[in-house]
Amino acid sequence: MADPLLQIEGLWRRFDVSKPWLNRVIEREKPQLLTAVADVSFDIARGETFALVGESGSGKSTIARMIVGLLGASEGRIRFDGKDMTEMAPSDLRALRRRFQMIFQDPFASLNPRWRVGDIIAEPMRTFGLATGAEAATEVARLLETVGLSARDAEKFPHEFSGGQRQRIAIARALSSKPEFIVCDEPTSALDVSVQAQILNLMRDLQDEFGLTYLFISHDLSVVRHMASRIGVLYLGRLVEVADAKALFRAPCHPYTRMLLDAVPDLALSGRRRKPVSGEIPNPISPPAGCAFHPRCPAMTEACKQAIPAPRPTATGMAACIRLDMAETAAR
Amino acid sequence: MTEPLLSVRDLRVEFPNRRGTLTALDGISFDIAPGEVLGMVGESGAGKSLTGAAIIGLLEPPGRIAGGEIRLKGQRIDTLSPEQMRRIRGKRIGMVFQDPLTSLNPLYTVAQQLVETIRTHMPLSEVDARKRAIALLDRVGIPAAARRIDDYPHHFSGGMRQRVVIALALCAEPELVIADEPTTALDVSVQAQIIDLIKEICAERGAAVMLITHDMGVIAETADRVAVLYAGRLAEIGPVRDVILDAAHPYTRGLMGSIPTLTQESDRLVQIPGAMPRLSSIPTGCAFNPRCPEAFDRCRTERPVPLDRPGGRQVACWLAAKESAHG
Repeated sequence: MADPLLQIEGLWRRFDVSKPWLNRVIEREKPQLLTAVADVSFDIARGETFALVGESGSGKSTIARMIVGLLGASEGRIRFDGKDMTEMAPSDLRALRRRFQMIFQDPFASLNPRWRVGDIIAEPMRTFGLATGAEAATEVARLLETVGLSARDAEKFPHEFSGGQRQRIAIARALSSKPEFIVCDEPTSALDVSVQAQILNLMRDLQDEFGLTYLFISHDLSVVRHMASRIGVLYLGRLVEVADAKALFRAPCHPYTRMLLDAVPDLALSGRRRKPVSGEIPNPISPPAGCAFHPRCPAMTEACKQAIPAPRPTATGMAACIRLDMAETAAR
Repeated sequence: MTEPLLSVRDLRVEFPNRRGTLTALDGISFDIAPGEVLGMVGESGAGKSLTGAAIIGLLEPPGRIAGGEIRLKGQRIDTLSPEQMRRIRGKRIGMVFQDPLTSLNPLYTVAQQLVETIRTHMPLSEVDARKRAIALLDRVGIPAAARRIDDYPHHFSGGMRQRVVIALALCAEPELVIADEPTTALDVSVQAQIIDLIKEICAERGAAVMLITHDMGVIAETADRVAVLYAGRLAEIGPVRDVILDAAHPYTRGLMGSIPTLTQESDRLVQIPGAMPRLSSIPTGCAFNPRCPEAFDRCRTERPVPLDRPGGRQVACWLAAKESAHG
């Protein structure tokens, strides 16, 4: 890929969900590991919006948290602008951190209720030594206007704002360290649709204005379609498909992607018949053998139960499904 | 039209407080026919859930019904005593709430909760009630119902739990089911299953459904008619197809335009400027006028009355009134 800003290679994250040691000894149980993210690799090019979609428990947020450094990776590499963040010295990492920021899902929990909005927005500038005093105040005023609020709002406290306005404040805070890359973890799922439209439009405008790169995480496929240039679909911690947004929506390669698309309610009332979707996402502590999706897959074969399918190249990305090989041989 | 199953006329709900009285619902009128699914949409604070709570008599004090009437099959239910209302709830009106974890008691097995509800409303023995409970669980799609019935709610996944809640709501063959955001806490794939289930079961039993949700997609898939609420007032009501494809109220149009879809290609979403007003400062005239791109003088002074339009639609908008006067 041309000029990747972020490269993820073979990323794993396991959580220890064992009972306490004494219980394990008495009940003779083995330690239990939950694999939240398994062998995930993808690249994000400069200036694009890469979206991760999947149902709850598919590992979307865990990946986001590993990228910004809120969680350590169990295995694998995260390269930002060519530099490997997993083996970097803490001081170097700190310098690098200025260049990426995060916007969280719940704007009611992500802003400190005891701080004035001006202090909240200025904090990243102060932390990275970008601006102080009067300079910071002017910058805060400018940022507030950039996100569609008024400069006077700097004096107020977060509780004086609605959900949408708070999300604007969170965006202003993310912009204040002049980042190149922003991780957006479900930035609009706590908002009403009309407010969601305002925030999504704002995020696109800012991307054009500052040349930002986004990692956009959402469970809402129609929002993702609107925002993303490329999309990765996660199922039970594994990437099952990566493709250009247009290609993914036009011709999904993996049966899970197709199922997700079919499940989206049809607003155009085109009379499209939805295929019934069966089952639910399995327990990640004991995922099914072979392809994790096989118990729900309409096109399951015996081979799917045997081995975890390797990613296969598709027209614009990859998909991890053994039927792709078969389809190719059939087409020939 | 046959006699409506539920008829709400000029419903007004108020919350008195120290500084005055907040009017949370104002002049809400609609009917639900037997076997019909009426969707109720609006953004947070529009009064969707409050309408449901007023109908089943579960308004949180100090909230109270200050005007209008609610009739179930012609019988007034808004004036009943709490004791009489308690007998209607569960028996004639079933309820499904948003969060399946909080609407089930974690300390009782599913069997205990279902059997208790069935026996409260129906003269059945313990054994028969249990049989009925198993049949219900089976009907809502819980695999191995006879075995799983003795599990506790936490043994079930979110989607399965919501199925249990639906079974609970259907225990006593209610005539009306009020479903308040039944799929909001669920993943899309499971959401589709639950929507299908609600539709199927209600069609099968001839129960009417009032489906409260903020998700237009769910309404499009499920409802026959839809009512759009804004700031505690009814903006528009009509058949789903008409309202979605050809909205008459500027608010509905803005709302529809702001939803990203899977089929439409566009760079920008339509956006409605501003936010819904607080209950304490609803503008005079039409509540939507400060955000409305098409507002004119009359909208700022006079509150629009719901106007009948062909095809069983109603719109509360002066613009629509002007158009129909001209045309």
